[in-house]
Amino acid sequence: MSDLTTKTAAEIAALVAGGETSAVEVTQAHLDRIAAVDDQVHAFLHVDTEGALAAARAVDERRAAGEPLGPLAGVPVAVKDVLATKGVPTTVGSKILEGWRPPYDATIVERLRAAGTVMLGKTNMDEFAMGSSTEYSAYGPTRNPWDLNRIPGGSGGGSSAALAAYEAPLAIGSDTGGSIRQPGAVTGTVGAKPTYGGTSRYGLVAFSSSLDTPGPCARTVLDAALLHEAIGGHDPRDSTSIPQPVPDVVAAAKLGATGDLTGVKLGIVTEFAGEGAEPGVLAVFREAVDALTKLGAEIVEVSCPHFTYALPAYYLIAPSECSSNLARFDGVRFGLRVGDDGSRSLEEVMSLTREAGFGPEVKRRIMLGTYALSSGYYDAYYGQAQKVRTLITRDFTAAFEQVDALISPTTPFVAFPIGARTSDPYQMYLADLFTIPTNLYGGPGISVPCGLSDGLPVGLQVMAPTMADDRMYRVAAALESAVGTFTPPAL
Amino acid sequence: MTTTLPSYDDVVARYEPVIGLETHVELGTRTKMFCGCPTDFGGEPNTRVCPVCLGLPGSLPVVNKAAVEATIRIGLALNCSIADWCRFARKNYFYPDMPKNFQISQYDEPLCVDGYLDVEVNGETVRIGIERVHMEEDTGKTLHVGGATGRIHGATESLVDYNRAGIPLVEIVTKPIPGTGELAPEVARAYVTELRDVIRSLGVSDVRMEEGSLRCDVNTSLNLPGQEWGTRTETKNVNSLRSVERAVRSEMLRQASVLDAGGRITQETRHFQEDTGDTRPGRSKETATDYRYFPEPDLVPIAPDPAWVAELKAALPELPRVHRRRLQEQWGLSDLDMQSVLNAGAVELIEQTVAAGATPAAARKWWLGELSRRANETGVELVDVGATPEQVAELQGLVDAGKLNDKLARTVLEGVVAGEGSPTEVMTSRNLEVVSDTGALTAAVDEAIAANPDIADKIRSGKVAAAGALVGAVMKTTRGQADAKTVRELILARLGA
Repeated sequence: MSDLTTKTAAEIAALVAGGETSAVEVTQAHLDRIAAVDDQVHAFLHVDTEGALAAARAVDERRAAGEPLGPLAGVPVAVKDVLATKGVPTTVGSKILEGWRPPYDATIVERLRAAGTVMLGKTNMDEFAMGSSTEYSAYGPTRNPWDLNRIPGGSGGGSSAALAAYEAPLAIGSDTGGSIRQPGAVTGTVGAKPTYGGTSRYGLVAFSSSLDTPGPCARTVLDAALLHEAIGGHDPRDSTSIPQPVPDVVAAAKLGATGDLTGVKLGIVTEFAGEGAEPGVLAVFREAVDALTKLGAEIVEVSCPHFTYALPAYYLIAPSECSSNLARFDGVRFGLRVGDDGSRSLEEVMSLTREAGFGPEVKRRIMLGTYALSSGYYDAYYGQAQKVRTLITRDFTAAFEQVDALISPTTPFVAFPIGARTSDPYQMYLADLFTIPTNLYGGPGISVPCGLSDGLPVGLQVMAPTMADDRMYRVAAALESAVGTFTPPAL
Repeated sequence: MTTTLPSYDDVVARYEPVIGLETHVELGTRTKMFCGCPTDFGGEPNTRVCPVCLGLPGSLPVVNKAAVEATIRIGLALNCSIADWCRFARKNYFYPDMPKNFQISQYDEPLCVDGYLDVEVNGETVRIGIERVHMEEDTGKTLHVGGATGRIHGATESLVDYNRAGIPLVEIVTKPIPGTGELAPEVARAYVTELRDVIRSLGVSDVRMEEGSLRCDVNTSLNLPGQEWGTRTETKNVNSLRSVERAVRSEMLRQASVLDAGGRITQETRHFQEDTGDTRPGRSKETATDYRYFPEPDLVPIAPDPAWVAELKAALPELPRVHRRRLQEQWGLSDLDMQSVLNAGAVELIEQTVAAGATPAAARKWWLGELSRRANETGVELVDVGATPEQVAELQGLVDAGKLNDKLARTVLEGVVAGEGSPTEVMTSRNLEVVSDTGALTAAVDEAIAANPDIADKIRSGKVAAAGALVGAVMKTTRGQADAKTVRELILARLGA
């Protein structure tokens, strides 16, 4: 492993800016690392070697010309395959988009380029971001660098595994029900879901529009904050984007790193601190709570009674939106087309294309959502779920009148063995039990490594009020300063 | 079908019709409803497109504020309440010319609700209730090639042009209109006409039915007096004002014949046939798609600022009814005369002709006379007859200047309508100008006098009225191109009368 691949993004940017290394060198080191380990990990669906080196050269040229460089110039980044990248394959982990090269860049991808980061390639994910283990990728599962027989979480298992395997110092994920935070927790990395509307969805292939939130993944809280700052902020092409500046997450991460949480009041969610989580996870979580107390935080218990309805509400809202969002994949304009041999009707071709192109979990959710939105069932399912969503939002609002931020384990269990939960969707859905309420509310949440249980990483989740993303970075950075970072066994 | 239809008088004597109209108007905004693509008509297929209107994965809609403004203005002109908060909704169904396989529309939360439009039929005012006015996006266009029929069945290839996809549409839905009896077809036509004029006066659409920027679906049902309303059918493909009237009438006749035979009316979509004037069944609504409407999560709700709405209301132009009353006064027309101008669809044409320099009387004479006759003969709307108000004014100018007489002017108009050029150009190229050169005329007059000595004698003896016969002779030899007044003066001068 090259020395450059173990550095943080902040360190790499400083080395590049100071001329101690070049962006090309850094990029090549990561490309070499990918070549060496990705056969085992399978974090990437596509590695854009030429594009990455060209972008790196451009950064080096800008530096040579004395042009100002951004805080992440020359830092490689891996992008979840859910974001449209101009001319670079974008599959969303699905056969139905195999071979599709978008004619445009997602806003976040544009901002990554503008910030001088170097896109290494596209990372693996559960098909259409539906899953918690990356096992539902149509291109095979990603493996957890901590134990190659275990899942790296999902849907963004590729992004988090790439970080844990030192294939990239930064990655982009998207979080609809926990797809950034849960993989972060089980790979011992940091994953932040920004406030909904705080990062642009333009170019993010939609799963559930009212929940999807792209965000940063990194190995340290400061790196996540730096990436958050680079990609966040208002985008006029996304109507749900919030027209306000990004909270100062970098300053908050730096403040937290001083290890002082005096005056900060944190709430443990009663409903998530008892049953439902593995004993090992709860034990590590309690140790982390002690650490936070030692840093000066005041800890209280806060009840959020409706959080227990979050999972069922989520599994009505997200499938409903997905059933509509995924209608456009019909073989007419892009991606896979099956059965167009001149003998079949258009309807048959659409139907065959969707049958062949979508995997079982995607079909399950399309059917669930189609049913939930049908005339006669709408009020009982979709309508009722929206009411639950309102109640969950009220729980959060009431909680944030008492405390600055809420904390919980990120996920009820550590990385499970590949294949252990694929036969029972409900067992799989439970992985997001603790992360889903935040998505329904729209606030920010971050998962930060807080310890190991049987040698596998456990994450602590910090949840903050909408547009108070800085608060969660401060708490996460403080905890990180106390418990340190966690390195998986060598591959 | 060979069933003999009952007579219309018989139908309206026994049944009461209820009609309703759903009208789609393409807005004339510069860009599309949810993206920045241009809306101009006639580009090469798939050149006015982007990731958004093609529905590419990851793309997102952004509402065109100009379209919202136009919709609010339409709503205000139709006396609607403007919602202080409304949302878009997704209407889900699969169709290849609909890029996302859902249409962004409005469902239970439209922008404008509960208004009315007053229309005049046979001098009576009928108030048409407006249920709602809402915004949505248009679909692309599919062209089926290879089949014998040009329709989807039997075609070997389907080509889709997405230039139209995402063009802003406004849908205007009336409340059910009962109680119009035998006038139902005329009421339907008068409503669409009035609606078109209102929207045109707002300058938000060119509202041309034949180009599809105004599209109309007609709902019709019949019931026995005192009974509940009958099952309605929805007739599509109604592409002209005349067709609106014909569609209602033919659907009333068809439904009556079904009911008379003891049958039931099927709730269905039917298609108006321009050639035969009847309607044919389309897809049945009883087995229709469940559109699974739900609020569009990619767009935030629209909450128009009341101050802005008040501003838009204050700035509304004079509406057609008011405008027409003013014109009637200016033109000095009786109610009956104004009604015939209205029926001919000539108000604006006459107004523009007057603006181009003709007197109201002359403008009305041309549009209601010669040009209406031609429009009827060729089965087109008056506005499409082939002459512009400017040309009509120019023609009248030539008459007033004595260069054309009435008969020659009609011939010139024929040339104008045939596309031969402006009235002056046609007059010159066809050599139709009145001969007023007295030198040339004198010869013709002398010739006529010589050929008719007895008539000449009568005139010499003071019977001036006999001059008419000689004038006719001169006109004949000059192929009508002489100015009759000049000829008469010349004859009298030559004969010393």
